[in-house]
Amino acid sequence: MGKVLMKGNEAFAEAAIRAGCKCYFGYPITPQNEIPEYMSHELPKAGGAFVQAESELAAISMAYGAAAAGGRVFISTSSPGLSLMQEGLGFICSAEVPVVVLNVSRGGPGVGGIQPGQADYIQVTRGGYNGDCKIPVFAPAGIQECVDTIYKAFDIAEKYRNPVLIFADGMMGQMMEPVVLPEAKGITAVEDIPSVKPWAITGTDHHEGRNVVYSLRMQPDVLEAHVEHLFEKYDEAAKELVDYKAYSLDEAELVFVAFGTMSRLCMEAIEILGERGIKAGLIRPISLWPYPDAAFDLIPSTCKTVISTELNMGQMIFDVKNAVSGRFPVDFIGRTGGIVPSSLEIADRAEKILASRK
Amino acid sequence: MKSKMFFAGSGGQGTLAIGQMIAKAAMDEGKEVTWLPSYGPEMRGGTANCTVVVSDKPISCPLINEADVLLAMNLPSLLKFESMVAPGGLLIVNSSLVPEKPKRTDIRVLEIPANEKAIELGNDRAANMIILGAIVRETGIVNPDTVYHQLEKMFSGRKASFLPGNIKAFELYLK
Repeated sequence: MGKVLMKGNEAFAEAAIRAGCKCYFGYPITPQNEIPEYMSHELPKAGGAFVQAESELAAISMAYGAAAAGGRVFISTSSPGLSLMQEGLGFICSAEVPVVVLNVSRGGPGVGGIQPGQADYIQVTRGGYNGDCKIPVFAPAGIQECVDTIYKAFDIAEKYRNPVLIFADGMMGQMMEPVVLPEAKGITAVEDIPSVKPWAITGTDHHEGRNVVYSLRMQPDVLEAHVEHLFEKYDEAAKELVDYKAYSLDEAELVFVAFGTMSRLCMEAIEILGERGIKAGLIRPISLWPYPDAAFDLIPSTCKTVISTELNMGQMIFDVKNAVSGRFPVDFIGRTGGIVPSSLEIADRAEKILASRK
Repeated sequence: MKSKMFFAGSGGQGTLAIGQMIAKAAMDEGKEVTWLPSYGPEMRGGTANCTVVVSDKPISCPLINEADVLLAMNLPSLLKFESMVAPGGLLIVNSSLVPEKPKRTDIRVLEIPANEKAIELGNDRAANMIILGAIVRETGIVNPDTVYHQLEKMFSGRKASFLPGNIKAFELYLK
């Protein structure tokens, strides 16, 4: 299959279809509207079902239900919509149901704006849901990487029986890049679901006794045991799913830490700084939970500052400080509200920070 | 080789389509490309612009600090973006809708009365294709043959009857 030039949102939707997505539930919100639009005409052709929900609360609840019945479920939204889905995400974690969620994020708080942002970092990594649970979060930096991530996210969600979240942003959703689309897997036939997902609510014709999917556990000892079981899964997921890329750390005087769109700007800022005789590197977390703490052991002793660079007022910086663990000074560069800074602005601000740390 | 281009106009002028044609043609020629539109609540009549980067190497950043090629399809675009042209870069102005002269003297300026020429051709909606031909000629960024191929794909099926008119417009400044 050759390369095609595709708009991010359409490529993301196509990736989900090719991964065997059976059900998509959506509610329109910019900048991800091309996803429900694309799903509405392409998913039925592939044998799946598209439903436009009446709200994000309904969409996440429909996802919970369809996934409990064994369907491969994909939902997408943007920042304020993800806020509305928090309650459902917590229920889905507790009920151990696999759902793939894509957040094409925008500026906040509140309804905010529609331009790109990363101010959902704390929401996606810590959640707005109650209770002890975790959701693996991946932050791809380009359309191909996002397509590949969505494609494999369904298998991860089903392996761990947990939601998996992909954190893109409005710029990735709206831009076009060449992509090679993965092979279509096809949708699991209804009669095959009981053997693939023996826990799914498929009717008692298919298995002994009753399957029940639920999140209410009134007995404290029962609930504690359930949460401990969830955390055994999270411990395994933390080892398996951690992912990052490190660039030009050798003898770096300053190290950017950035994910998604911001990491691409930092790559160019590194070139600009190089022309000014400053050696800069980048750590790009791909998994935001689990956070790639080990990447920070690669920072060389020549480093004077580790700069968390984000499209927000400083959210990932807490994970950066935790990972750096006092070994280097940690600084911050950010813009918010939907403003994406130029690589020149990042380079200028980084140069000033470095001078202040020398 | 890395070329940074910025195309600006108003919604409905086909400005984003110019960028897409170049990006698709360059991709077909094996180059790395990014196409990044401005997006907002505006539709027809609102501002519309896009950034296209074409490179031999993987493109780290789809945003640009300065443009090697800048297109101003209308006056607001010229006023807002003229300063973005890199020294020695190319500024293409749709003089049909831009009554003012560019101020910069350190760049190359090409003025094309695209709307008037399109009306002369009997296809007033093909102004963007006239500009596309001029860009391909002036920059050599893509081979005209790959653009013909894209035009054939774009104007196929129900739209096939628009192909000859658009090819005529594309060729006006191509040679």
